[in-house]
Amino acid sequence: MNHSIYRSHVLICTGTGCVSSGANTLKTSLVDALEKHDLVGEIKVVDTGCHGFCEKGPIMIVYPEGVFYCQVSGEDVEDIVEEHLLKGRIVDRLLFKEPLTEESIPAYQDIDFYKKQQRIVLANCGKINPESINEYIAVGGYEAAGKAITEMTAEEVIEEVKNSGLRGRGGGGFPTGLKWDFTRKAAGDKKYVICNADEGDPGAFMDRSLLEGDPHRIIEGMIISAYAIGADEGYVYVRAEYPLAIKRLQIAIDQAEELGLLGDNLFSSDFSFNLHIKKGAGAFVCGEETALMASIEGQRGMPRPKPPFPANKGLWGKPTNINNVETFGNVPFIIKEGAGAYSSVGTEKSTGTKVFALTGKINNTGLVEVPMGISLREIIYDIGGGLNQGKKFKAVQTGGPSGGCITAEYLDLPIDYDSLIEVGAMMGSGGMVVMDESTCMVDVARFFLNFTQSESCGKCTPCREGTKRMLEILNRICDGEGKEGDIELLLELGEQIKDTSLCGLGQTAPNPVLSTVQYFRDEYEAHINDKSCPANVCEGMASAYIIDEDTCVGCGMCTKVCPVDAISGKPKEAYVIDEALCISCGACESKCPVSAISQG
Amino acid sequence: MKSLKELKELRESLQKDMSARDNTDKPKIIIGMGTCGIAAGARNILKAVLVEIEKRELDVNVTQTGCIGMCEKEPLLDIKLPGKDRITYGNLEEKDVKKIIIEHVINGNMVEELAIARFEEGGE
Repeated sequence: MNHSIYRSHVLICTGTGCVSSGANTLKTSLVDALEKHDLVGEIKVVDTGCHGFCEKGPIMIVYPEGVFYCQVSGEDVEDIVEEHLLKGRIVDRLLFKEPLTEESIPAYQDIDFYKKQQRIVLANCGKINPESINEYIAVGGYEAAGKAITEMTAEEVIEEVKNSGLRGRGGGGFPTGLKWDFTRKAAGDKKYVICNADEGDPGAFMDRSLLEGDPHRIIEGMIISAYAIGADEGYVYVRAEYPLAIKRLQIAIDQAEELGLLGDNLFSSDFSFNLHIKKGAGAFVCGEETALMASIEGQRGMPRPKPPFPANKGLWGKPTNINNVETFGNVPFIIKEGAGAYSSVGTEKSTGTKVFALTGKINNTGLVEVPMGISLREIIYDIGGGLNQGKKFKAVQTGGPSGGCITAEYLDLPIDYDSLIEVGAMMGSGGMVVMDESTCMVDVARFFLNFTQSESCGKCTPCREGTKRMLEILNRICDGEGKEGDIELLLELGEQIKDTSLCGLGQTAPNPVLSTVQYFRDEYEAHINDKSCPANVCEGMASAYIIDEDTCVGCGMCTKVCPVDAISGKPKEAYVIDEALCISCGACESKCPVSAISQG
Repeated sequence: MKSLKELKELRESLQKDMSARDNTDKPKIIIGMGTCGIAAGARNILKAVLVEIEKRELDVNVTQTGCIGMCEKEPLLDIKLPGKDRITYGNLEEKDVKKIIIEHVINGNMVEELAIARFEEGGE
């Protein structure tokens, strides 16, 4: 039996997250099982991009019921095929269970993680096969580009984008329509469009997921932008360490070319657009637009002073419009549904939605898209399912190495570009790292500064030398050798580096330090004055463990796990830890059956 | 791609391939696929349903259900049109499928002689 209509579609997420938890093996087992049960002509297996709920991967959704199975392994396949696909009985044990109520939830729209999300950019992610242009067209794809090219003038397109209020999603928040307008009005007959997919913030994976899950949407956004500014050529600058994103984007470009959606005289107009992929080598600074363009030109990826801005003098000296992946991802919706539909979502000055990569000490790690103006509390507790092991929330870090911390007192702050800057953080590209009481804020600041310091290109002195000196001070503080005046020195250096660095990397590098000093100055002071790390993270400063001799039952379990042989004693008598040898690893504490061990 | 019209026509022709992924407000055909149903020939009923759907290019969802206790009436097939009561047909043979699809799914009229039960809306 061979049908062109399948009664059921089984969607398997093959984003990078689910692939690493075993999605490919799962798919092979499923295809085998379908053959065995003679269901091949009735049931279609579809690869999709990221559903966002990476924590629960591999993820499988069975339509038409829309049943959401999570953490599915090859061994579960037989049950799914025999019970669900053949007999229509949902496999209860593979359903998602809400952590608080333990209730099984079959349809993914009903899971708390998805309920508060509003998906515009990620609308197709996890729903269509990213390697099939037909599926993208079936959900209305490329019609926005068609509408723009055949029914609108370039000025009208720009006006629509301006009216939508869309701001750059790479982090800066510059109005996109205005940027397009500058590039359109710049003198020159050759112009370029560039998509910045050089995502490099630790913990961020929005751009990767979007390119993996819905590459045609980005291509369509770029076509519209090229039409608006009068460009005929474009580049997607994506880092080579995203092989799946590159593969799917290349497939998408080839398919679009084949259907005449890229190339010459699109929709029988005189507008032509060709698109290329440029693989980056993974330098963080190449996310800075002038460094990125230098890299495409084959030069060393280093920034140059602005102005001139890329809109006037960009790639190969030609006017260039450069936007982030997510920014382009919003454009087809704006053109198709109108500026009003878009700006009705979000807040007055930050319209639309924002995609965040939610990571850190949180239950539901993953990719979420929420309307601007949502509170941090809703993201962390309603969508993110709260903190691991019910620990206490300390802060959330947004904007990665360029951003800052938001503390518990701002949990109800509506999130938009301006409110975050007011509290000393920034939107950034969308990384959101949640931290609990066991996180040392000095150590976090050191981590990010170590990152920016390593990624500093070295062209300007404040960034090259300044971040180095700041890092030395932070290392000193974390090693228990902090001096009085170190905090003031950090603040002074930080302000200087911000004011005098050449590009965004240096201008924002001190932010994690400045922000943690602002909100957690007491932790810095404890490190410097008391030589103690309140969160017990910084090695060499954490206090030694001690055994309470009244509670100890003398079982000797602790001696077996101590990696430095610091514990001695006789069976059935109280054991003792040698404080001089103890490295405060905590291995003994977790092993003790009577909780006699604690940190002194 | 020469025009927006051509693109929209292509979209319409491709949409039916995605139909199974849309489960809102569509007629539902539900087949009893418990052990009893399968023993009574439910697989062939299901296949016959798929043949009819394809032939008539219908936009419907096909799902299965387990044993509902009326094993002696298997194979069973339910039709649930949006906003209408759910009707159960029993003791089916493959040849009945065509009639149910044409009369009930397409024309909206219950096939009295084959129907064995009616569940009120919302009573799924």
